[in-house]
Amino acid sequence: MANAAAFRVCPETGLKVCHHAEILIKANAVVAVVFLAIGGLFGLLVALTRWPAVHILPADLFYLALTAHGADVLLFWIIFFEIAVLYFASAVLLNSRLAAPKWAWFAFALMLVGALMANVAVLQGESSVMFTSYVPMKAAPHFYLGLIVFAVGALIACFVFFGTLVIARQERTYEGSIPLVTFGAVTAAVIAVYTIASGAIILIPTFLWSVGIIPHLDSIMYKVVWWGMGHSSQQINVSAHVAVWYAIAAMVLGAKPLSEKVSRTAFLLYIAFLQLASAHHLLVDPGISSSWKVFNTSYAIYLAVLGSMIHGMSVPGAIEAAQRRRGLTQGAFDWLRRAPWGNPAFSGMVLSVIMFGFLGGISGVVLGTEQLNLIMHNTLYVPGHFHATVVAGTTLAFMAITYLVVPLIFRKEIMFPGMARWQPYLFGLGAMGISFFMMGAGTLGVSRRHWDMTFADAVLKFEYPPAAFLMMGLNGISALLATLGGIMFIVIVVGSVFFGKPRDEAAIKRNPVIGPSGGAAVSQYGGEATFNLPGTTILVAVFFVSFVLYYFINWKYLSEVWPLR
Amino acid sequence: MAITPPENRLWWNEPLHRMEIVWITIAFLWGVVMFLTMVYWHIAGQQNLSNEAYRVKPDAFAAKAEAMVARYKVREEGDSKIPVVRPPAGGDAYLIARLWEWWPILELEKGQSYRLHLSSMDWLHGFSLQPTNINIQVHPNYEMVLTVTPTQSGEFAVVCNEFCGIGHHNMLGRIYVVDRK
Repeated sequence: MANAAAFRVCPETGLKVCHHAEILIKANAVVAVVFLAIGGLFGLLVALTRWPAVHILPADLFYLALTAHGADVLLFWIIFFEIAVLYFASAVLLNSRLAAPKWAWFAFALMLVGALMANVAVLQGESSVMFTSYVPMKAAPHFYLGLIVFAVGALIACFVFFGTLVIARQERTYEGSIPLVTFGAVTAAVIAVYTIASGAIILIPTFLWSVGIIPHLDSIMYKVVWWGMGHSSQQINVSAHVAVWYAIAAMVLGAKPLSEKVSRTAFLLYIAFLQLASAHHLLVDPGISSSWKVFNTSYAIYLAVLGSMIHGMSVPGAIEAAQRRRGLTQGAFDWLRRAPWGNPAFSGMVLSVIMFGFLGGISGVVLGTEQLNLIMHNTLYVPGHFHATVVAGTTLAFMAITYLVVPLIFRKEIMFPGMARWQPYLFGLGAMGISFFMMGAGTLGVSRRHWDMTFADAVLKFEYPPAAFLMMGLNGISALLATLGGIMFIVIVVGSVFFGKPRDEAAIKRNPVIGPSGGAAVSQYGGEATFNLPGTTILVAVFFVSFVLYYFINWKYLSEVWPLR
Repeated sequence: MAITPPENRLWWNEPLHRMEIVWITIAFLWGVVMFLTMVYWHIAGQQNLSNEAYRVKPDAFAAKAEAMVARYKVREEGDSKIPVVRPPAGGDAYLIARLWEWWPILELEKGQSYRLHLSSMDWLHGFSLQPTNINIQVHPNYEMVLTVTPTQSGEFAVVCNEFCGIGHHNMLGRIYVVDRK
């Protein structure tokens, strides 16, 4: 093969790593982390402003920082990292060369230019329109243009990914079906194409409107289509971070999915149903019928939620089975107690699974229930929910896999291993606090995207209950913890990548990244069905009971508000 | 492993783990329960958002609100003389959302039903009734009509909870609920 010279063989996994793929993974991951740092800083400023005792920014800068925070972390950090995940899951896991590396670089350049353009627009101060940029509020034209250019870049990157899959198949670089992690990445990429198409359908007219070519945009039409991008892009994150969960469990513990069929079907449920979630944002809007809302908001009968609930069982199930296979068979939880809790890749992944499920998943279903949305819409409950999914879920999962990417792809030793050990816990605790306390404040009615919860300058007066102020203070403290965890992450990653010791053979022997039970040896063992998994059964039962209780508690809350019809 | 192709090339013929079958069944049924709960609440519940809405021009909506104010104003409040309006029980109550106020102040009777009309004059706004905690999105060019029955008396705030520019945090309205005389 002509490109044979452009590969190296990974001494730790035996995988052939395409040179182009490797550099592109590095470039996308590094830029992702830069945007995480910038966006995280804006997030801290937002949280400190919303902490009434601190209230650090003036109103205009607060709304500016909040817009920048949303764009930088929710779009740029996550999507740059996801592109790295896509290249990893295609070229690296399939032993293939990357399709069209020049196009991949072009995609990278477009994404970078678009992201910078949008940031400039926001920092100039004329585009503090929030991440959602609901019309008829208008931003500067280059705000929309930046997002469009970024999206086109991301779309090209998705097609490089699909092209790589085709090449790998044609050149027979793997046997049989693609790995589950790659399958999850395919799911993410398919949803990404849908998402970006929705984005184009709404952002291009919005751009034309902002320069005066189109006279009027309907605000409800905008919301329906915009959320076809806005919510679906969160489903890219779900697919990608679930794939990352499986990848970490496989690399660190040699975990196999309980059954390929179930896990893959769960991913297919995402593709089929997640797009309906645009409805989550229109549950209290005029002009939309209840039957449309009920069907769409529940992804038809909660079929995408079913997908997540399946992964929520099969990821811990796979870990438990792998651990039991290694002989940790005592009691229900010996396998969990004796898991590698000091390995940040593992601990970050587990915290991500737990918090995504318990905090993000349950709150998302409750929030997305047609009538329950009445007592939550646009309160801080909403950011509480999505910080549990996107920060505690996606971001923590991506941080976790970075602890594997640095040694395997950058081939550098992790610097400050003592700090790395604690980083996921600190960041996870902070993210949990942010989510939990914002949900608490939201339950008490506190508005999101609001500079002054004391209403000091308003003509009329109103005071939220004192507990809401307490919640916002605790939210600020949690944001400080998360920031500390984030800074530690960036210090570790930047330090390792740019100043770390190269990972030579001695280092690989001394400190293997691929767990002792991982690698090819494990795949010789028998089917997972031979094990009983009492630990996972208990965990799933606890989850289910919490879910049911919390769901009906909120119906109780709803039944106490003024009757409406 | 999840990062390698399935060892069994016919993976789709592998039997399922018993726990998987049980959990999938439970999770699916729970989805059905949650779906039916929303439907059930439409039949038996008291809190359902109206499907009644009309296209309306901001000027036309403002004219209706002003007509109501002219007819049912009971007093004015504050330095800016915001009218306090007491629409008849069972009647129409209009509330305008605009940068950056809710206009006028409504005075409702506890236990009576009102047809509350909401629309925006400019951008999107969020009707957030506190401390009751009812939250409704308000769009320009759409008039939403909901029938609401206050069950507590007292002073209620209407917070704007959709970001609407630099004065957003000062956009605070009021609804009084008084006991029947």
